[in-house]
Amino acid sequence: MKAQFYGFLPVCRKEFTHIVRDPGTLFFALLLPLVQLFLFGYAVDTNVRQLPTVVLDESHTQESRQLVERLAASDVFRLAMTVQSNEELYGAMRAGKARVGIKVPYDYARRLQDGTTATVLVLVDGSESSTAGQAVNASTGVALKESLGRLLGGGGVMPIEVRPSVLYNPSTRSANFFVPGLIAVLLQTMTILLIALSLVRERERGTLEQLTMTPVAPLGLMVGKMIPYGVLAFSELCVILTIMRYVFQVPIHGSVIVLLVMSLPFLLTVLGLGLVISTKAMTQAEAFQLSMGTVLPSVFLSGYIFLIDTMPAFFKVVSRIIPATYYIEILRGIILRGAGLKDLWVDGVVLTLMGCTTIMLAAWQFVRQKRG
Amino acid sequence: MTPVITADHLTIRFGEVTAVNDVSFAIGKGELFGFLGPNGSGKTTIIKALCGLLAPSEGTGTILGMDIRRDAAEIKRHVGYMSQKFGLYEDLSVSENMGFYAGVYGMTGAQAKQRKEEILALTGLEPYLHRRVSVLSGGWKQRLALGCAIIHSPEVVFLDEPTAGIDPVARRSLWDLFFQLSGQGVTFFVTTHYMDEAERCGRVGYIYLSKLAALGTIEELQRLPEANPAGTSRVQIETADASMMLGSLREMEGVREATIFGRSIHALVETSEIERLHARFPQSTIETIEPSLEDVFVTLTYQIMKASR
Repeated sequence: MKAQFYGFLPVCRKEFTHIVRDPGTLFFALLLPLVQLFLFGYAVDTNVRQLPTVVLDESHTQESRQLVERLAASDVFRLAMTVQSNEELYGAMRAGKARVGIKVPYDYARRLQDGTTATVLVLVDGSESSTAGQAVNASTGVALKESLGRLLGGGGVMPIEVRPSVLYNPSTRSANFFVPGLIAVLLQTMTILLIALSLVRERERGTLEQLTMTPVAPLGLMVGKMIPYGVLAFSELCVILTIMRYVFQVPIHGSVIVLLVMSLPFLLTVLGLGLVISTKAMTQAEAFQLSMGTVLPSVFLSGYIFLIDTMPAFFKVVSRIIPATYYIEILRGIILRGAGLKDLWVDGVVLTLMGCTTIMLAAWQFVRQKRG
Repeated sequence: MTPVITADHLTIRFGEVTAVNDVSFAIGKGELFGFLGPNGSGKTTIIKALCGLLAPSEGTGTILGMDIRRDAAEIKRHVGYMSQKFGLYEDLSVSENMGFYAGVYGMTGAQAKQRKEEILALTGLEPYLHRRVSVLSGGWKQRLALGCAIIHSPEVVFLDEPTAGIDPVARRSLWDLFFQLSGQGVTFFVTTHYMDEAERCGRVGYIYLSKLAALGTIEELQRLPEANPAGTSRVQIETADASMMLGSLREMEGVREATIFGRSIHALVETSEIERLHARFPQSTIETIEPSLEDVFVTLTYQIMKASR
């Protein structure tokens, strides 16, 4: 057993020296994820608020003004401009000056008074599909409330009142949803890149060839590389969590200790992935490209942005082989829902297995290549 | 005395390509064995096989009596290796590089410290101990690479083109180091392109097209029948304009080879034609000589090329 890992200690010590020797690289490696955290953490907000809205009120009545005021009072719409004709209404939409257009027809008030159905036209810019749905919902909601109010007369009692209660992220803040997922993506990118580049650099410079002539075992070399970069990634995780908690004000409902412990299998997996990449890449440029190739699947197929539940069956399967999927479940589970080990142990086990598999794969590739 | 390095009908194939074809030799303790051959002739592949990194397709070999197929792990502990790529970490200091390799070979504490001092004394790297490798000149890097390769006091050292690209003075002083160590009983296996380096080796092997074409001391090689075909003589022609003469010489009947050596020409000619040569170039001095090592290899190479066609 010891022979399998022979040489990890000197390799590990040497690797720490490399890291300390090159503070520039270290600084960027640690800083870049933080910059991205701020960029994406603030930019990604899927809650629709303050949509610029254009209004064409042909009715010019008290009732129509009341309706427009109600709509404007909701946080979703912001009255950007009022226009006098259909052409102007559509023009403003086309030019992108407004995302929502509301047209109150001239017979609105009369139909209300007659007791027939009054119509209001709500135009929504569908080129922004995520906002469109929410805008439609919001306008229907306002109209529904207005109708009910009128049906029941002034002081009537609502027959049904739905009281939606959003668990775990009560204010439905985007940051709460996105920042924990972002941690997985940032941590993965940084770790894979650092370890893969470190090994490929040795290949380029010929020191790897020298090492194969020494008694250092393949697993010894890999473990020796994983420890320093694992420590680096773990420190970065602590910094990111601190920023998430105190800058983005995302509360951690579960145990921080459990969160940190359950991060280890994920780190193991991404370190292993970095090693596999380093056995495939002959140059640093190649290693960089391959590392970046892991980012998009981890963003789009891991449940970070798109819900896995709504994916086609094939992609559901694909999402199950992406390590970030499990880690994002762990992160959201612990941070947002206060879940513990007994809820998430399966994810931890899967990640551990994935980690061991990637490392064995890398070691096997390494042995095979050195013979070739 | 049992040989330290042996190759026994060693054959290594990569798919369809035969990189090493039925190579056999035996090298004794303390020998400085030179291995010559053009790029891609299989020199590095043989070293890798002897170090146990590559399993031979056929045949076998031993290092210090250990089988290269079975005892690869143990062989690595007794073998030093240095390539033209140095294998040094440029961002680490001289001391850190030596410390790393000492650690890799399982040396610790006092043992590593003492060995480092020995290496420093041997290589003269003491003044550069805390310099980063990146600022050292090629010659010093080479000395450090050698120092790291022998930090674990190996009995056998493989040097794969150790002096490629360094200046002649540094080259010479590096060779002095090899001699010093081989005098202490370390066995060297050195591959090289340089004839002058080969000439310093006790024995030389010449590999061409994956086959060992010749093997022996310099004198043995010079007297090889293949290098001195019957009925031919090796002559040196001193002339004012060697390059002018070369063309017409090569076209003459009875001239098998002609190569410029500085201001003279070495030629392999049929002995019966020497008189005609004198008649053709009356201004030049023509004398019969022993073939140089290069002459030997050139002749052998022509013969193998002709035979393989």
